[in-house]
Parts: sequence; C-alpha cells; structure tokens
Amino acid sequence: MDVLYFAWVRERIGVPREQVETAATTVMELVEELRQREERYEAAFADLSALRVALDQDLSDFDSALDGVREVAFFPPMTGG
Amino acid sequence: MRIVVQEAPFDAGAEADSFAAHADQVGAIVTFTGVVRDSDAGNMQVMEIEHYPGMTEKALTKIAEQATDRWDLADVLVIHRYGRLVPGDRIMMVATASRHRKAAFEAAEYLMDYLKSRAPFWKKEIAASGQADWVAAKDEDEDALSRW
Repeated sequence: MDVLYFAWVRERIGVPREQVETAATTVMELVEELRQREERYEAAFADLSALRVALDQDLSDFDSALDGVREVAFFPPMTGG
Repeated sequence: MRIVVQEAPFDAGAEADSFAAHADQVGAIVTFTGVVRDSDAGNMQVMEIEHYPGMTEKALTKIAEQATDRWDLADVLVIHRYGRLVPGDRIMMVATASRHRKAAFEAAEYLMDYLKSRAPFWKKEIAASGQADWVAAKDEDEDALSRW
C-alpha cells in the first residue's frame, strides 16, 4: 500500500510517500512494523497522541482495520483556516 | 457549491461579487476572508502551507455538505490557498448565501471551525533568521467543534 507523510512527520521520516509491503491488519500494527525499521520511524511515531491518520483520504483512527485500504496517511493535527 | 484549493492568490472582491450574482432568492450573504497574520513574536517572513491533494478537496466538500444539510443555504463557497504566503496575504475565504441572516452567519462560522481542524492543511512559520516552526494545533480549535 501507499503510505504518505505530511508536515513534521514527513520531515522526520525523510520522504513524502513510499510503497510498503505489509501483513498488518490494523493501523496500529502498521505503525509497530514501521517503528521496528529504523530510528527515523521511531522518532516520527514516538507520540501517537500527536498524530492523526487517514485511510483512503478519510480521517480514521489507529484501531481501524486496513482491509482493502490502498492509501494510509500520517500527519500532525491539522491547522487550516 | 464551489470548493477551490489553489496556490495562486484570489480576488476576494471579485469572488464575492460572482458569488452574489449567482445566488438567487436569498436575503443574506456572509463572506469571511482569512489573512496571514504575523507570528506572535512579530518576526515571521513567510508562511508555508502544506496540504494533502485529494483529501483536501474531499474534506472541504464534506464540511460544506454538512453545512448545507444543517442550514437552509442557497450556496456555499470555500477557497483555500497553499504554498508560500507572506503576512497580509489572503489565505482563505468562505461565503454562504441564505434567505436569512442567522443561517448565513452560523453556517460561515461552522465552516471556519471545521476547516481549521478537519481540513488537511499544515502551516509552517519561517522567520527572517531562517528558523522554521510548524504551527501547533490549538485545543481551543478542537473545543470549538463541540458547540455544533
């Protein structure tokens, strides 16, 4: 699936998007997988209360299932307006 | 309903005129324009706005549809910019048209409250020194949603 990062999450991880092969069934499992990879992921995902997640461009939560999801995005709370 | 996400500046006066010209049978039009303000320290040179292409349009459309469901609105306009802006630039605009003033005002406030914390934009303030800081979301912006 495609995994996208925005704002400081993108800066910490170092790329705006990447293809991830995963067997994770929930967002939380995907986060744990990414955290195991490298220090930069651990740095980005250190405090989940500071992060939001969108599944196929709809705001979602970390307990959500990844069945059929093509695009996962992680970002800090939004600051529009 | 018109939702616009663009990097280029917009002409708030022309947008308001065009919106009014297309609104039939209404008694009230409310427009709100957001302006890039300087940081509290007064040293911001540039504000960079990042967004999530695709989700941004989807989220703004959903927010505008929710407003239309809730109030008797003849039309809704949302314009939001991204990219590099400087203090004084117009960053966004909403307009609502209704038969009655109360609905137009309330719907405009609802749109503003929701797009502050539910539309995928992120602001970064860059000072003259080069120091760059992401703007943190405010608890009060999230709390503002509870009144709806």
